[in-house]
Amino acid sequence: MTKTMTGAKMVVQALIDQGVEVVFGYPGGAVLPIYDEIFQQNSIQHVLVRHEQGAVHAAEGYARSTGKPGVALVTSGPGATNAVTGLTDALMDSIPIIVLTGQVPTFMIGTDAFQEADTVGITRACTKHNWLVKDTDKLANTIHEAFHVALSGRPGPVLIDIPKDVQFATGTYSEKAKRKSHYAPQVKGDIDMITELAEAMAKAKRPVFYTGGGVINSGTAASQLLRELVEATGFPITSTLMGLGCYPASGPAWLGMLGMHGTYEANMTMHGCDLMINIGARFDDRITGRIDAFSPKSVKAHIDIDASSINKVIRVDIPILGDVAHVLEALLKVWKAQGRKTDKEAVAKWWKQINEWRATDCLGFTQDGPIIRPQYALSRLEALTKDHDRYITTEVGQHQMWAAQYLGFEDPNRWMTSGGLGTMGYGTPASIGVQMAHRDALVINVAGEASWLMNMQEMGTAMQYRLPVKQFILNNERLGMVRQWQQLLHGERYSQSWSEALPDFVKLAEAFGAKGIRCDNPDDLDEAIKEMIAYDGPVIFDCLVEKHENCFPMIPSGKAHNEMLLKNAQVQGSITATGAVLV
Amino acid sequence: MSALNIKKGASSHSAYDLRSTFGDTIEKHTLAVIVENEPGVLARVIGLFAGRGYNIESLTVAEIDHTGHRSRITIVTAGTPQVIVQIKAQLGRIVPVHEVHDLTVEGPSVERELALLKVAGRGDARVEALRLADIFRASVVDSTLESFVFEITGTPEKIDAFADLMRPLGLQEVARTGVAALARGGQTHV
Ligand SMILES: Cc1ncc(C[n+]2csc(CCOP(=O)(O)OP(=O)(O)O)c2C)c(N)n1
Ligand SMILES: [Mg+2]
Repeated sequence: MTKTMTGAKMVVQALIDQGVEVVFGYPGGAVLPIYDEIFQQNSIQHVLVRHEQGAVHAAEGYARSTGKPGVALVTSGPGATNAVTGLTDALMDSIPIIVLTGQVPTFMIGTDAFQEADTVGITRACTKHNWLVKDTDKLANTIHEAFHVALSGRPGPVLIDIPKDVQFATGTYSEKAKRKSHYAPQVKGDIDMITELAEAMAKAKRPVFYTGGGVINSGTAASQLLRELVEATGFPITSTLMGLGCYPASGPAWLGMLGMHGTYEANMTMHGCDLMINIGARFDDRITGRIDAFSPKSVKAHIDIDASSINKVIRVDIPILGDVAHVLEALLKVWKAQGRKTDKEAVAKWWKQINEWRATDCLGFTQDGPIIRPQYALSRLEALTKDHDRYITTEVGQHQMWAAQYLGFEDPNRWMTSGGLGTMGYGTPASIGVQMAHRDALVINVAGEASWLMNMQEMGTAMQYRLPVKQFILNNERLGMVRQWQQLLHGERYSQSWSEALPDFVKLAEAFGAKGIRCDNPDDLDEAIKEMIAYDGPVIFDCLVEKHENCFPMIPSGKAHNEMLLKNAQVQGSITATGAVLV
Repeated sequence: MSALNIKKGASSHSAYDLRSTFGDTIEKHTLAVIVENEPGVLARVIGLFAGRGYNIESLTVAEIDHTGHRSRITIVTAGTPQVIVQIKAQLGRIVPVHEVHDLTVEGPSVERELALLKVAGRGDARVEALRLADIFRASVVDSTLESFVFEITGTPEKIDAFADLMRPLGLQEVARTGVAALARGGQTHV
């Protein structure tokens, strides 16, 4: 059955057909016809954000916590340019979102019309793909294709730019998936390579699983299969910042996060292994440290859905192109069918070594004195919230790394953080997106005071939609991560890394109509956190912490995994001029 | 090596010396990229090369299948073996790209380029230009009493050689199409 309707109605119809329930957006002249259609229906809930960057991060939070695509709708010109940071963030972290932008009418494109921007030009480099739709008859198909592209292969953000006359014009609506898309990335891994990996696993004496966001993106089945594989082999497992939750933090084989601020045991295991099995991670520079000293003696296998990730930075011996869940399923089959066994004795010896590294207790700290240490704050937050149906978002900085270190994730899709782009201002809108998808869950944004100010306007959104998001601010009155680097690299010259003239966060909360809680005493912390959890509504929690705490362990720029710093005393002269140019 | 010496291959995303562990020989490759002929597709391909710091030595594009809306982009690029592999994988990631062929490694291929050269002169130089054009099998497509426009087809090297010879004889202007290339033999790519 073909239906004729206006382009604006098509947008809403296509979203409904795609199963969209929530759209995060902000209106303006170039999307008024679409907003008019939104007004006249009840299938899709529109969440009015306070800034378009917030709409895109909220859509990201929604997508990451559900595994479904997130949708944002913004106007032309400034609406579109405000979406750019969110798009880039989603591209770097492979998050499937669909951003719809209004555009000036087709006959005015190119004339520098009011609120005209070359949106597809500007966003070409920060989307997986984008489209300018000039013909209403092609609009519905383009939207369906956009969902397909965003979700297939390595997921990512897509954008559809819709001129206002195309929204007003009438055309034929085409149903979902009428035309088969040519875009169909390979999901099944090469069975010979998978067999080779099984062989290598049977022979390995010092193996490690190095997992990443690809496991999460592949769906919950991938995490389940990964757990089976770890169980079947008894190999140790670590993960990148993006992969936290793919294997439970309470699991016996868990080494903690790896990389620049990863645990001593995870990084030493990576450095000393003889078989590295990379599952859905990308050898990012936060992980590898110095390339030519990265895990020098290992055979490396790499499972990835994106061919361009394989051999990009680190040369691998067993490349397997495919979707994590598909490949792990095949790998487990091969492992069992061939009756493969691990070298139990060697692996036990390896674990003995790993346990010695573990014994350094690199995340150990003592809470002494009257000032709350950030590690203590997060340990208490973990203890008091871990039994809740809990979702965590973060901002970017020291607090983000501490959250990764001191909070434990048992399941995928519970941890939303800006990894690849490191976007301050991500956490508050992301927490709103998460809470929209999980109305009854406990959603906490672990924030730094500086990051939090970047998108604090979204507290208004939280109030309007009664989203009880908890903003847990580790307030060190510093751009802490910047201050740490200045201490280590720039002779303790703290250029512009102070958070001066901070607002009174409790009063700020009250101004929004939310609850404000301040805590500056370790003895009061538990009660204060409990009060935050118990409050049925948004909370801004101002947790005043030690101002000069550094985040350890740390692999300094330009150093190898086994050159990690564990505490302040080791810092002097640890970073060379070569290291200093690295970010 | 100075402390701040960053190798040329370092990527734009990070100052890390990403390619130091890989082979250093620069190879020249001719790629045939079959794309959906939709707006912006050429910008995507060029943007990829600019954004990631890859070389473009030559690039040609035209629609080759009007009913199927397919275009063929022929790119001559240079890089270390790993960079070449990356370029192909990155091209393959672009949504409207259907196929990427490395004609340099997929077997023998023919490469041709067309050029127009304007040569102005009188007397002996003019006679000599015409004589050389004949040797190179360039044809005269425009002529005045003081100038010729030659059309020449061949490998880029042949065109370089011809242009070098024309220079002292009054070469004024050159227009080149860039390389078009096809695999030899019966198999097809499109
Ligand atoms: C949008 C943006 N601008 C700048 C930076 C660089 N940056 C990284 S961490 C940081 C300081 C963050 O301070 P705060 O939010 O208070 O967190 P803390 O490190 O103190 O925990 C800065 C400025 C960034 N990551 N993102
Ligand atoms: Mg701070």
